[in-house]
Amino acid sequence: MTDATTLDGPYRAEFDDYFALLKPRVMSLVVFTAAVGLLVAPVGVNPVIAFASVLFIALGAGASGALNMWWDADIDRVMKRTQNRPVPAAKVTPKDAMIMGLWLSVISVGMLGLTANLFAAGLLAFTIFFYAVVYTMWLKRSTPQNIVIGGAAGAFPPMVGWAVATGGVSVESLLMFALIFMWTPPHFWALALFMNDDYTKAGVPMLTVTHGKRETRRQILIYTVLLAPVALAISFTSIGGPVYFAVALALNLLFLKGAWTLWKRAEEAAEADRYASEKSVFKLSLYYLALHFTALLAEAGLRAAQLDWAAWPQWV
Amino acid sequence: MGVGMPIVHETESQKSRKKSNMLLGAVLGGFVLLVFAITIVKMVDGQNMEAFDHVRRPALEEVK
Repeated sequence: MTDATTLDGPYRAEFDDYFALLKPRVMSLVVFTAAVGLLVAPVGVNPVIAFASVLFIALGAGASGALNMWWDADIDRVMKRTQNRPVPAAKVTPKDAMIMGLWLSVISVGMLGLTANLFAAGLLAFTIFFYAVVYTMWLKRSTPQNIVIGGAAGAFPPMVGWAVATGGVSVESLLMFALIFMWTPPHFWALALFMNDDYTKAGVPMLTVTHGKRETRRQILIYTVLLAPVALAISFTSIGGPVYFAVALALNLLFLKGAWTLWKRAEEAAEADRYASEKSVFKLSLYYLALHFTALLAEAGLRAAQLDWAAWPQWV
Repeated sequence: MGVGMPIVHETESQKSRKKSNMLLGAVLGGFVLLVFAITIVKMVDGQNMEAFDHVRRPALEEVK
């Protein structure tokens, strides 16, 4: 029986393996930021349309994740962190991952176009292209700036969410984009400081590999300094307010303090305590983004309940 | 079980394949329901369901 060979062969993929191809953890961040982008927009969206749109944006993110796993199977096999992904673990064939990624791209973009509008669908298509082609196929293996420019792919979802509601782009959606874009380098470089061996083995030109950890620490500080004004500027737009400002101020002071600590730290000290500070800055960076977007959601809630502060200054 | 029917023992891999198929079925069913819900919402919202069909449709033209 041919089925027996399929069922017991090396590529015995189950539903969970195909689901893992979509990078569910990345997808959860995409769902959250896209939903916030949609909900804080000044135009109301029918709940069914909003739910479906966020789902299709998440599916688009999953599609680019599957394409990334297809293309990167060789380096995923080398890195400890990624060895158990479905393709390097020989659960899903590379060809299946590619086909799934391509089909999900078509379905997610097409359905978002039908559900929301063509502008949002076009932006989603560009996001998938940027992550799968510009970042995965081109930048990741060729430049230590891979994280900086590739970070744009992760920064698009709130813009797509905003476009679902408004059909366009505005200062607010560009600032949400800039917030994630500027946050990505210090977030990933903090991770790279204590996961350096993995990237070295795989030959990925991470900044820690090409320019060393001292330069990486300096770059983390630079990007964190540049990130703070972007995060605070959102306070004075139509989606910001005093609650967001207070949260952003506290988080940016903490993040700057963390980046400063990493910059001042010698490599010997980091090795001695097994990169405790680097790990805590990485953890802080996760809270940093989640809380900024939660604060934006809180401001939207206050506006809806007409509890917003009318005297709060708005520049745009 | 009727007389003469073979006893079928499912292997672990058959069980997991069955589970995967059920989950895929649920996903496809959910997708159908979602498309149905979107259609209903768009119709209730009164969006124009008519479109150009190779002949002039005065009803679709904007009144100036």
